[in-house]
Amino acid sequence: MDFKDYYTILGLSNSATEKDIKSAYRKLARKYHPDLNPGNKDAETKFKEINEANEVLSNTENRSKYDKYGKDWKHGEEFEEAKRQRQQYASEPSSQGNFSNNDYSDFFESMFGGRGSSFEQGRQPKFKGQDYNAELNLNLKDIYTDQTQILTVNNSKIRLTIPAGVENGQVIKIKGKGGAGANGGPAGDLFIKFIISNDTEFKREGNDLHQTIDIDLYTAILGGEITVDSFTGKLKLQVKPESKSGAKVKLKGKGFPKYKKEGEFGDMVITYQIQTPINLTEREKDLFKEIQKLSAK
Amino acid sequence: MIKDNLISTQILCKHYEIDISFVDELFKMGLIKIEIVEETQYVSEDQISNLEKIIRLQSELNLNLDGIDIVFNLLEKERLLQDEINMLKNRLSLYE
Repeated sequence: MDFKDYYTILGLSNSATEKDIKSAYRKLARKYHPDLNPGNKDAETKFKEINEANEVLSNTENRSKYDKYGKDWKHGEEFEEAKRQRQQYASEPSSQGNFSNNDYSDFFESMFGGRGSSFEQGRQPKFKGQDYNAELNLNLKDIYTDQTQILTVNNSKIRLTIPAGVENGQVIKIKGKGGAGANGGPAGDLFIKFIISNDTEFKREGNDLHQTIDIDLYTAILGGEITVDSFTGKLKLQVKPESKSGAKVKLKGKGFPKYKKEGEFGDMVITYQIQTPINLTEREKDLFKEIQKLSAK
Repeated sequence: MIKDNLISTQILCKHYEIDISFVDELFKMGLIKIEIVEETQYVSEDQISNLEKIIRLQSELNLNLDGIDIVFNLLEKERLLQDEINMLKNRLSLYE
């Protein structure tokens, strides 16, 4: 593991007083506390670092070990103790009787984490487990209906029902599916951000779907029936006579499902784009000229 | 009345090791809502995460209740702005 300079993390020099440490920790904790920075992974990492730094430096015993042994501070004293005991054992054979089985047990337990060192056995505050953040990529078509997905988070499978109509960028919280709490604290939460890609011909705005449809000049002028696509199939649409290019028609309830409102839908907004006829025959040109003359009168 | 999603304030205080006067104070400040059913005070389940947040902010950051109230208001404003940004981004993508 990389060496962490706890003093640098708290922005202090190693001559900092207890008051300096407390004050620096408070200032940074207020800046990076996860409750004040929801969904911000960088702040969460930073908060863990400053918490760790504070836990070590605000405890006089731990701080002096850290100052003495640096990155090995957790084990430094145990090595020292082992070394001292070896020396004592070698130089004082008569003291063998004092080096009881219990001493061995304590030593090995402290070395190998059986009981933990004394400072770890003290009263520890309960901490909520780490909140997890995840992103889920879906297609617009996927979220037209409710979706069931099975996510694997930290080796456990979570069955997730995604309600139809979820928004791009929307975040949902799944309570208690984050990291395990410390010292009996509650588990963290899982935050899932939905990234919705769209490769359809529709543009989504809230619950409304927008679509631009090409119509021929004759239908635009004389009116007629056209068919348009929707997520549920083809829809018939009556084009009114003398429709203009850019005109919008709203098909009520044919848009996107409303989030968590079963049976409610937004609208489909169709924009007409009139196609000018090309490659006209002579006869067609003559007829257009005739119309032109009529309209000029 | 259905009490399925309600937790009595007594149980809450015991679980979170807080005093009932603290819960009353939160109620007076409008930080949590208390419902009274048959003379017993309850807090609804969906407010627990806020209550936990308040306890953490108080114990870990030494914030007083006025400070916590300000924090909650600012976080709510931030959430609304974030929603608006998302909506505007989605609307902007219509023209891209």
